[in-house]
Amino acid sequence: MKSKGYNGFRTVFAHVVLVILSFMCLFFFYILLVNSTRSHADLQKGFSALPGGHFWTNLKNVTNDGTFPMVRGIINSLIVSGSSAAICTYFSALTAYGLYAYDFKLKKVAFTFIMAILVMPTQVTAMGFLRLVTKMGMYDSLLPLIIPSIASPSVFYFMYSYQQSSLPLSLVEAARIDGSKEFRTFNQIVLPIMKPAMAVQAIFTFVGSWNNYFVPALVIQSKDKMTVPILIALLRGADYMNRDMGKIYMMIMVAIVPIILVYLILSKYIIAGVTLGGVKG
Amino acid sequence: MKQKSKKINYSKWGYIFILPFFACFFIFSLIPLIDTIRYSFYEYFRSGLKEIGPNFIGMANYVSLLKSDMLKYAGNTLVLWLIGFVPQIVISLLLASWFVDARLKIRGQQFFKVVIYLPNLIMASAFAMLFFTLFSNKGPINSILLSLGITDNPIDFMGTVFGTRTLVGVMNFLMWFGNTTIMLMAAIMGISPDIFEASEIDGCNSMQRFFRITLPLIRPILAYTLITSIIGGLQMFDVPQILTNGQGSPDRTSMTLIMFLNNHLKSKNYGMAGALSVYLFIVSGILCFIVYRITNDDDPDGSKAASKKNKKMGRR
Repeated sequence: MKSKGYNGFRTVFAHVVLVILSFMCLFFFYILLVNSTRSHADLQKGFSALPGGHFWTNLKNVTNDGTFPMVRGIINSLIVSGSSAAICTYFSALTAYGLYAYDFKLKKVAFTFIMAILVMPTQVTAMGFLRLVTKMGMYDSLLPLIIPSIASPSVFYFMYSYQQSSLPLSLVEAARIDGSKEFRTFNQIVLPIMKPAMAVQAIFTFVGSWNNYFVPALVIQSKDKMTVPILIALLRGADYMNRDMGKIYMMIMVAIVPIILVYLILSKYIIAGVTLGGVKG
Repeated sequence: MKQKSKKINYSKWGYIFILPFFACFFIFSLIPLIDTIRYSFYEYFRSGLKEIGPNFIGMANYVSLLKSDMLKYAGNTLVLWLIGFVPQIVISLLLASWFVDARLKIRGQQFFKVVIYLPNLIMASAFAMLFFTLFSNKGPINSILLSLGITDNPIDFMGTVFGTRTLVGVMNFLMWFGNTTIMLMAAIMGISPDIFEASEIDGCNSMQRFFRITLPLIRPILAYTLITSIIGGLQMFDVPQILTNGQGSPDRTSMTLIMFLNNHLKSKNYGMAGALSVYLFIVSGILCFIVYRITNDDDPDGSKAASKKNKKMGRR
């Protein structure tokens, strides 16, 4: 049959394209991986596809470098991203619950308002934000990187869609009849139901915060408070030709490996989570 | 609603529960926004250690911005965005329609999905730094090209306008095509299989099916992808900033609007930064409104489809 041969050709073609694209995605990380295991002298000689034996030396050099406090940076990034993910998911679920389960006068206004600012870029308020943070005495601290994540319209919208599909209001009624107070109902009955949605959003918020560069670069000044992206930018600004290239590759490695590891472990949930809110709603 | 008929009025809890969100929004977004707009009408900058202003000067900042290189940077941003977005949407549509086509029998679908989504989660600044080292004159890419005999001299990728812009475009493409593919896949899978079956019975080939059925039916999502991608493109910063060390080199041809804003903020030129922010605010406000219209469409297919896309913005 003609169409069978045609489909066979398309299948082969599709696989070829997919392999090429996958190669493009992985190739750069492969070079990164290989080069992070080679010494500066080796790297000067040219590229080799096989890894060298300087992985631990490079790693030690990175951790001992005082000009680029990478370990401190990772700890700072972990603090910022972890707290952001926690408060962002909790308060987004709380806000969504407030708008979903209760009936009040400004409900519609509040909902419309959040939907209107859903995709508003944070950069447009950056200038006022910087001045405000300075006035509040939070300049050069990690707090202004964490607290604003309480108000995340897109996470709110995700939580709201999830509640619409998975949280029957009769459950809330039942809890009330049993004498549960409103906050307790939320914390002990609604939150456990929200777990899948919260896990997905926690991952995305964590990654977003881990990778965020614009705002931290404006707010953070001193080296011991810098997050990983600022350190990477600092590395780019430094006189890089005179530096140990093995160490530079290792620093980039250290910056992205935590996320890759988390991704490889949770990839199934993450990919499903990309479209979860909509599929359920 | 049910609660109203009962004696206990629960409505105050609604207010209490949404209070943190709105308090936080007002403090960290609305006040800064008002402040930004206010100072856009003032002459307010720092020259050396001296602070000049704030003096009210009306629209002067806006006018001088228009006379400055802002429009050139807007053009740069548009070009950089297009270089990434055009291949992104074409490849994503292709991949999405392949992934959902049962007759193609794509093997290792899960593997491919994991791989193509991977770059989306990589720190953009580290990714740019990686590209910078890989494509530098003594970097591995030149080393490979030399040893394969493709060139005799190392190519100065970041010395040419074309090279730098292409690198930024390639990075943006790699970072976003996986995400778009997964979004579009969900959209195509949302189309009723009956329609595909009917078209097959009517003797529709895969080309016709793609252009006459799939494409028109996922139009709301495509529109959403386009608009959210424009908003994302407007915010382009990390990749060109790190790749060119904030210079937008060569000759500021890869300087984006947000890099321009960042320069004003770093030099504490609040008046100009404010005016530039207001321009950006107006443009993104219009785009936000379009997104709002798409997500709140009365047509059930449209709204449902668009809500799937909403997730995407969460991580931009």
